[in-house]
Amino acid sequence: MITAWGRQDGRKGIRNVVAVCYLVECAHHVARRIVDKADDPDVQLIGFPGCYPNSYADKVLRAIATHPNVGGIVLVSLGCESFNREGLATAVADSGRPVETLVIQEVGGTAATIAAGLEAVARVKAEADRAPRVAMGVDELIVGTICGGSDGTSGITANPAVGRAFDRLVAEGATCIFEETGELVGCEGVMATRAITPELGQALRDSVAKAERYYSILGFGSFAPGNAEGGLTTQEEKSMGAYSKSGSSPISGIVKPGDLPPSPGLYMLDVVPDGEPRYGFPNISDNAEIVELIACGCHVVLFTTGRGSVVGSAISPVIKICANPETARRLAADMDVNAGRILDGEATLDAVGDEIHDLTLAVVAGKRSISEALGHQEFILTYKTFEPVGPACLPTRNFAA
Amino acid sequence: MNALLLHPHDNVLVAIRAIAAGDPIVIDGIACPAPVAIGVGHKIARRALAPGDTVVKYGAPIGSMTVSAAPGDHIHLHNMKSDYIASHLRDTLERSTES
Repeated sequence: MITAWGRQDGRKGIRNVVAVCYLVECAHHVARRIVDKADDPDVQLIGFPGCYPNSYADKVLRAIATHPNVGGIVLVSLGCESFNREGLATAVADSGRPVETLVIQEVGGTAATIAAGLEAVARVKAEADRAPRVAMGVDELIVGTICGGSDGTSGITANPAVGRAFDRLVAEGATCIFEETGELVGCEGVMATRAITPELGQALRDSVAKAERYYSILGFGSFAPGNAEGGLTTQEEKSMGAYSKSGSSPISGIVKPGDLPPSPGLYMLDVVPDGEPRYGFPNISDNAEIVELIACGCHVVLFTTGRGSVVGSAISPVIKICANPETARRLAADMDVNAGRILDGEATLDAVGDEIHDLTLAVVAGKRSISEALGHQEFILTYKTFEPVGPACLPTRNFAA
Repeated sequence: MNALLLHPHDNVLVAIRAIAAGDPIVIDGIACPAPVAIGVGHKIARRALAPGDTVVKYGAPIGSMTVSAAPGDHIHLHNMKSDYIASHLRDTLERSTES
């Protein structure tokens, strides 16, 4: 039994975060100081650094600001940036959440805005705390997965263990999302066979082909010499290790950053921009992908690592699953699950999959993940360009509407 | 146990601890001696494989055999290859590591 925060759109949150959101880098310091002074783990910093408009950033920030884990928003604007702050404030207000906007140039500078911001946070938090507490089922839960700092153990312990957890969650009616088409190169054939329609299968192939082309133009390869030393022989084998996080459930659709899956099931998040490459690498670091997963509604994110990443995220808890037993010993205080026990012969994939499944539900029910308890609240959002997904990508959308 | 079957359809196992030459590897209940030392994370033939056979790991194709292998043999760059057009990735990786 999960007790969640009920939202006006019917979605339910597992946290009740007040997000302080800077709308340009020029407002970042003021927003960060407001969050620091608030000194509350549920008052968190998000934002967008650019001064030029970008419809992707606008869509993602709206999706994050109206995410079910968010109870209210304080916007911090310098005043002259091009981000559509009125549009964002209206979207938040229309979602039934408290929202206040502080414009540094109008409030009177740094110190005055920090002081005003602390008062705004207190008001917004007081109202957010009045959100109704409601029962939430696993069928209302969205779980994402990502891998970072992968090594030769990732694909044989943590990633397939997450796949088993995903299979159980999907069977229980949850929505699960995997991503990073650049690390699915070589998996498109087997992935397409899992699509619920042939048209979706072709769309999955097309999205991987897009990633292959995009990464090639940027001059970025994804098979390092260390992969071979760790026992990986081919690109598709390495990709398959990452792909194994998706488990074995049928694939119900493709979403892009900021899209909500229309019905439960397993989805692939296409993170690679459409059109000719511009603005640089699709995702400049793991947290950029985590932000996109959260923008697709993920309440919690399962993060597998071999070398040992320590990151968490603002808005949605990140659960760390360590693939490598040596890393698990060295970074023990950063890892929620030691999947390296599989290599040590101390646990089976199924047992670790069950452990990940059960821990996911415990974190959903309120237990703090380790990165969350350590105060990790990373957030990064940059420029991208996307076309909307085509009708083949979401075969169930009409039924769910 | 020193090797793991990741998926019932796989024709390779994965070493989960360092295996010395001569160490027994249990393949579907039958012990067979490792012909060479095999490192953690490396692949081991589950059954006899012929050139052209698809290598299946995670229940999915990960490449093709270039020479034959017997159960227990080490499967790696010396006896299998990618079925994917990977050259562009290698080329671009070389460029990116030079910069």
